[in-house]
Amino acid sequence: MSGMNPYLPFSSKILKVIRHTEKEYTFRMEFTGEVKPGQFFEVSIPKYGEAPISVSGIGNNFVDLTIRRVGRVTNEVFEHYEGDFLLLRGPYGNGFDTDLYGKGETVVIAGGTGVSPVRGVIQALSEMPNASDKHVIVGFRSPDDMLFRDDLKTWDEKLQLTLTVDGAPEGYEGNVGLVTKYIEGLPLKDPASAKAIVVGPPPMMKFTIIELKKKGFTDSNITVSYERKMCCGLGKCGHCRINDHYICLDGPVFNYEEAKDFVD
Amino acid sequence: MGYVLDTDGFAKVIGNLLDDYRIFAPVRKKGAGRFTDVDCVIYDEIKDASEIELEAKSDYSSKEFLTPLSETILYFTEEEVKEADLDQKPVLIFGRSCDLHALKRIDQIYLANGPAEDSFYKRRRGLVKCVLIGCGHSYDNCFCVSMDSNKCGDDYVFSVDLIDGKIHADVPDEEFDRIFSAAGGAVQDVTPRFVTENDVKVEIPDAIPNSIITNELWNEYTTRCINCGRCNFVCPTCTCYTMQDVFYSDNGKVGERRRVGASCMVDRYTDVAGGGQYRKTNGERMRFKVLHKISDFKKRFGYQMCVGCGRCDDICPEYISFSNIINKVNDAVKKEVKS
Repeated sequence: MSGMNPYLPFSSKILKVIRHTEKEYTFRMEFTGEVKPGQFFEVSIPKYGEAPISVSGIGNNFVDLTIRRVGRVTNEVFEHYEGDFLLLRGPYGNGFDTDLYGKGETVVIAGGTGVSPVRGVIQALSEMPNASDKHVIVGFRSPDDMLFRDDLKTWDEKLQLTLTVDGAPEGYEGNVGLVTKYIEGLPLKDPASAKAIVVGPPPMMKFTIIELKKKGFTDSNITVSYERKMCCGLGKCGHCRINDHYICLDGPVFNYEEAKDFVD
Repeated sequence: MGYVLDTDGFAKVIGNLLDDYRIFAPVRKKGAGRFTDVDCVIYDEIKDASEIELEAKSDYSSKEFLTPLSETILYFTEEEVKEADLDQKPVLIFGRSCDLHALKRIDQIYLANGPAEDSFYKRRRGLVKCVLIGCGHSYDNCFCVSMDSNKCGDDYVFSVDLIDGKIHADVPDEEFDRIFSAAGGAVQDVTPRFVTENDVKVEIPDAIPNSIITNELWNEYTTRCINCGRCNFVCPTCTCYTMQDVFYSDNGKVGERRRVGASCMVDRYTDVAGGGQYRKTNGERMRFKVLHKISDFKKRFGYQMCVGCGRCDDICPEYISFSNIINKVNDAVKKEVKS
């Protein structure tokens, strides 16, 4: 009977804890099943509840879950360290098909923790032989809020990375400004056939898409991923529904041609 | 077969059924209504036929056994996670035609939305057989005829209509026929009563354009609605829930996971980590709920979610009428199509 219970979590060992910022850590969890970037797990800590966390990295025997200490459940996760166990269910959702972005000009635009679900896609792009037409714009609130610092260095070498922060203390030498600022200047040969992926907080996604359309991107070449309150991941609890779509089942990754009509 | 029994005969039938079934039926709670000396009709497990309220429409719907307001699903001990047990005794639920139609909607979400069946719902559902309460007349706020849920097929084990003190029962199920026949009632053809007209009528547009979402008609509910969520909790087709973990105070490592009813009208329904919230005003929440019931569910599954029982109107402390809103949406759509 228990095999048929989709709510029964399994126990997963914490292989490694990677600290990004004071509030954000990546938990490398033992996992050997099928999983794609952009999918999510329900991470449960008895006593506190469950939270949907997207997959930020995939390896032979692990998945990375990058968790921000912002809620009741995620606070408790930070009390668990290497060798301990967490309870997981998943993966859920459709995730990204990384193959789709191999050919032609591609731009990935991500803000804050929105980098987690697209990290696997950016990694795949960065491993392609000629990544001169693969652009990545990543924005964080401040230099202290930067995630995946080691990756950012690699990406900067292998593909066209623009790293920016919304604001910075005096003396900061990097880019300062919202991600939207860097779209107009993207050196694209043919924006109308270029592909874009946009993931981040709702206002960032809204204004990024406006800029992309101004640049000449078509709706059907834009892919978005949504963060909603997914209590079950199974299409039952109702919290993540938008119009006739369940983000946990039909998403969280959508083609913008479809998603442009979504109203919460 | 059909039977006509006096109340003693019916009491015998129920008495016999109680050996093999737990029976959930509308029960009148004296003085439990929202005003002084007003009763409330809720669903409860009965032990005697006299407890069953067959006349009044229940304030709460028949979903209560299948989707309890709070249900423990898992137990956590220090080393393992264990599924909660469930009483395996079969269950009879008394419901009206609208309630039986609503069951199809609940099944749709819990058993057929997405690849996974909800095991906790399924194990309850597998225990349930339905008893139809006939409707001799339409009740306040009912609009089942407009929603095409006033009549139901023969998906019940027997029906009951209380007419002039006698129970009229249509008994299509053989197992139950034996029990009715043993109770000594008169055998005669019985057709459960169904209403064919309601005072309240609604008209739902075939297609609701997205522009209705930003229509000003919702603004009224931002001020009138107090987002108490009662409409969701009495609705026979609302199925949303939230996970909740509870740990015992004497041993903090041992506890249980429950799922509790959730309301899309109540604060925190859309909250995400870090303080994001997707529908802040009560008008937006009303729009989300109404369009689910009369449009979004249909887009996904091909038939309307709302069954027209009118319980949301009956319970609303602000006298907001769901059927009125549907007709306002219809008017607004017509207006937009014209212009």
